[in-house]
This record gives sequence, structure tokens and C-alpha cells, in this order.
Amino acid sequence: MGELTTVQLEKKANDIRRAIINMLKEAGSGHSAGPLGLADIFSALYFSILSIRPKEPEWDDRDVLFLSNGHCVPVQYAAMAEAGYFDKSELKTLRKLGSRLQGHPEREKLPGLENTSGPLGSGLSQASGYAYSLQYLDKVSHRFVYVVMGDGELDEGNIWEAAMFAGKYKLSQLVAIIDRNNIQIDGTTEDVMPLEDLRGKWESFGWHVLEIDGHNVESVIDACSQARAVSNRPTVIIAHTIPGKGVDFMEYNYKWHGMPPNAEQAKEALHDLRTLGGQITHEGQGV
Amino acid sequence: MNYPLADNLFDDDVMLEPIRAGFGRGLKKAGEKNDQIVALCADLTESTQMHLFRDAFPERFIEVGIAEQNLVTVASGLARAGKIPFTSSYAAFSPGRNWEQIRTTIALNNQPVKIVGSHAGVSVGPDGATHQMLEDIALMRVLPNMVVIAPGDSVEAEKATLAMAEHNTPCYLRLAREKTPVFSTEASPFEIGKAYVLREGADVGLVGTGAMSYQLLAAAEILARQGIEARVVHVPTIKPLDETVIIETAQKTGRLVTAEEAQAAGGLGGAVAELLGEKLPVPLNRIGVRDRFGESGSPAELMEHFRLTGETIVEDLQDWLRDTPRYHQG
Repeated sequence: MGELTTVQLEKKANDIRRAIINMLKEAGSGHSAGPLGLADIFSALYFSILSIRPKEPEWDDRDVLFLSNGHCVPVQYAAMAEAGYFDKSELKTLRKLGSRLQGHPEREKLPGLENTSGPLGSGLSQASGYAYSLQYLDKVSHRFVYVVMGDGELDEGNIWEAAMFAGKYKLSQLVAIIDRNNIQIDGTTEDVMPLEDLRGKWESFGWHVLEIDGHNVESVIDACSQARAVSNRPTVIIAHTIPGKGVDFMEYNYKWHGMPPNAEQAKEALHDLRTLGGQITHEGQGV
Repeated sequence: MNYPLADNLFDDDVMLEPIRAGFGRGLKKAGEKNDQIVALCADLTESTQMHLFRDAFPERFIEVGIAEQNLVTVASGLARAGKIPFTSSYAAFSPGRNWEQIRTTIALNNQPVKIVGSHAGVSVGPDGATHQMLEDIALMRVLPNMVVIAPGDSVEAEKATLAMAEHNTPCYLRLAREKTPVFSTEASPFEIGKAYVLREGADVGLVGTGAMSYQLLAAAEILARQGIEARVVHVPTIKPLDETVIIETAQKTGRLVTAEEAQAAGGLGGAVAELLGEKLPVPLNRIGVRDRFGESGSPAELMEHFRLTGETIVEDLQDWLRDTPRYHQG
């Protein structure tokens, strides 16, 4: 992979969003806003940035992606299915008894997942452990460890323990991506527990900090390229995103953090996504 | 029964050594055998005896600072990268503080991280209740995938460490600070999941874990002078529990006593009660700390105060032994 054009990556992101809506509608529970907001980042990761072999999930030379905010796993399942880790028909089993697609990701259930997460704040440490192993124990320099975190979970102390650890050991093969969508369950991040000055916090912990528009796949790809080139520090990419991105009635509304759409809402959401928010007026006629 | 015991068990010159010392030696040996073993510590490297490994393999030792949540989650990531991580701290902090991280990123994630909790029990001494971890057995025993080991002495701790290094599951190893008698020998067996009969007797079964097994041997000596022959069983692995040996002991003796330097609720006493309740409900007397915290004092004073020595155990069992009929099947 890695040869898709920007337009093709954007199309993948849209496909991922539609899969998310369909999955959540089927499941009848789950988180809407976060996964939709992360779709562009996951499209860039799975179809451009990560060196992976979907048919060989344990490939020794792969890049590794840890998902820290496990509740956003629908976006990862959708991207994995799109990439060919498993058949897309399995997506509709999300959160159902016997499914490999657990409500929060479980590594042992689904090949291709690198960790088990859900309780927040532990992904950065796990990614740091892996990155430490590559850099100091195995001395393999061409593999990279990515971790996607939510911004709300930065309230957790475990995150800052890991930030200190990665800073101390200058884990340069570690790339952290923060989904800076400004919402968490009880409201906006700045109301619940202010995170700013977020850039300053990470810089003071010894990290290289980049800030991007998380809906611009080219920015995501560029930022990760830069991160890989920084050889004396870990990099954190603060990716500004819109929660619920792509579905008009969900965008910016924190109430959609932990809710799935019902059938009617899903229909409207899918219409939004098919028409790119109304930009395409003649739905079904050659789009 | 052919468990070799040290031959000067009850002499004044019985060898005394902290259980944690055996862990330190075992980890270094495990590191010599397998270069995938790495060690992580949270600012207690000498206390937990991890310095032996650190000095031998500095490139495989990782200092994480006073950050127990990070300690075990970094270890989880190292395990995903193919390493066999040993983490150490005081049991009060790990697994005391980081239990959820252990649950999610190690137990549910099923990574072969070895969590070593030192300074468990009231015998930590003057530091007091905050540092005297009594709930760790209960906390760790309820986690699926987790193995829980409380070695009886330093010699067994070394063997247990080597066995854990080769065991492909999450494990918890419980260690103690104070010197305690070495009752096993180099020739004594240790296998994860096995309990060992240290002494035969038909009048009562005494089932212990950790250093309390020595106290049960001492208690059995005193009881023998009173005409009561006790079967003493050492249970270094609390999970998975050796049900066969415990049920066999219940059948032979008709009544059991458990002993541990921990909360009896949820500890070995809890595990044995669960087993007996389902399989063979013989009378049970659980010796341990009963729904209270520890306190400051010298280790010897505290063991006496909490009634955890051979002598106090015998004193406290007198009425029970007299009044409790042995259970007979059928």
C-alpha cells in the first residue's frame, strides 16, 4: 500500500465513516463522535503510513499501532476490514455475543490488534514499552510504533507517567497522535479538566510537538513523516478534529460521544456522508 | 511424601534469609538462561533485590521511577514486543495501586508479564499498615489468566522465579522483607500449581502459604507433643490451586486449618473455603489477618500480635481442636 492518492484516501475515510454508522446502528450501542472524527487519521494510517501486511498480521517487520482510547475502536475495525484483515460482513457483529469485534478491543480476539484497551490512559505506556524494545533491546531502527489517544484521557495520570518515561528515554520511534476534539463525556475538555497549554505540556516533557488539522490526510501523512525523521525525541501530533465529523447533526455535539444512531438517524447520517454534507445534490446519479 | 526438609529446622542455627533474596538470585539466573528477560523497577531496585539483575544486565534493566501504573503498562508493551518482563515494587504499590492496569493490559491482554510484589505481610514491621500489603493474594487470585505464587522461603523463591520465567502466562510473585527460616532444600521440588506435603499426620490438616508454612511445621511439632498429629501442606501456588492435595488432606484428616500472612478473606483461606464448600465441606479454621489493617511494630512483635507464629497458632487452635469433630464421608 502507500500508493493511494489524496482523493482516494479521502474516499477511504468516507467509506470508513459509512461503515461506522452502519456498525453502530446494528450494534445499538457504542460511541459515534470519536470514531467519525478519527476516520481521516485512520485512513491515512492504514492506507499510507503504516508498514503492514493485513494478511500477515504478525509480520515481524510491521509497524505497530496501539489504540489507547479503546472506545473509538469502531474506526479501527472499519479501517482493518477495508484494508483486508477480515471480511467487511463481519463488521455487523460489533458488540454482539461471540463476535471478535468486542465493544472495546481485545488483542487475543482479533489478529491485527496490538493491545487490549478501554480503561483510559494506558496506551501510551504500552506503545512506549514496545518502542523501548525496538530502540534499546532489539536495536531495530526501521520499525515505528504509533499510538492514538483521545484528548479526554489525558486527564489520566498514567499518560503523564508515560510521557515522562518516553521523554527520558528519547523514544524516537514512538509517534503519539492525540485526537484533539475537545469533548469528553461530561462536556468540553476545557470545562471538565482543562488541558491547555497542551503543546507546552508535551514540550516540557521532552517531546517534539506537531499540530495539524486531523481531517487533512496529507497533513497527517506529512506529520508522521516528520515524526519518523526526528531521531532524538518522541513526537506527539496534536490532531485537531471535529467530533462526529461528516455527519452534520453529530458534529461538535458532545452528546454523541457515547451514543449510537438509531435507524432514522443512521439513514440521515449515511445521506450526509454519501452527499459529502450536501455538496453532491443528485444522490445516486453517478457519485 | 518425600519432600526434603532442612535438617536443622527447629534449631537456633536454622538458616534465615529474606524470601526476596531468592527472587534476586533467581532473576539473575533466569537472565543468564534467556536474553529476552527484561527487568523493570519503580525506584526500589535494591529493596526488591532486582539490583542483582541490573548489575549483571544493565542493558536489560529499565528504571521507570515512582510510577507503578507505568511500570506494568510499559511491561505489557515490552511483552507485546516479545520480551519476558519482570516488574518489581512493594506489593502495596504493585499490584496495590495499579490493579486495573494489570487487569486490562496484562491479564485480559494475556501477556506473560511477571509482577513481583515485595514487602508483603505485617512482618514489614515499623513502616506500618500503609506498607503492609495484606490484600494482594485476594486481588490477584480473582484475575483470569493470572498465576499467583507465594514461596515459602528464599530457596523456593529462586525456583519459583525460574519457573515463572518459563511459564507463558501472567504471574504474580509475593515476597517478604524480613528474614525467615529456610525450610526447603535445593533438592525440594517446586512446580507451578503443585502443593507439597511436608509432614504426615491424620488428626488435622494444616495448610499454609508463604513463610507461614514454616510456622505450621513449628505448630505441628508442638501439637505432636500434645498427642495430635498434623498433616502439614505447603501451598506455594495459590492459583491454580492444587485441589488434589488439598482434598486428599481433607479426606485423610477430616478438618483443615489454613494459614497466611494476609487477609484470610479472599486469600488462601478463601480459596480453600471455596474448594471445600463445593467438593468436601470439612470444618475449616482460617488463620490470617481477619478484616483489619496492620500497624507499626517490630516484625516479631507483629507476628505475635497478629497470632501468626507456631506457638500462637497452637494456642488459638486448642478449643477448636477439642470441640471440632473430624468430618467423615458417608
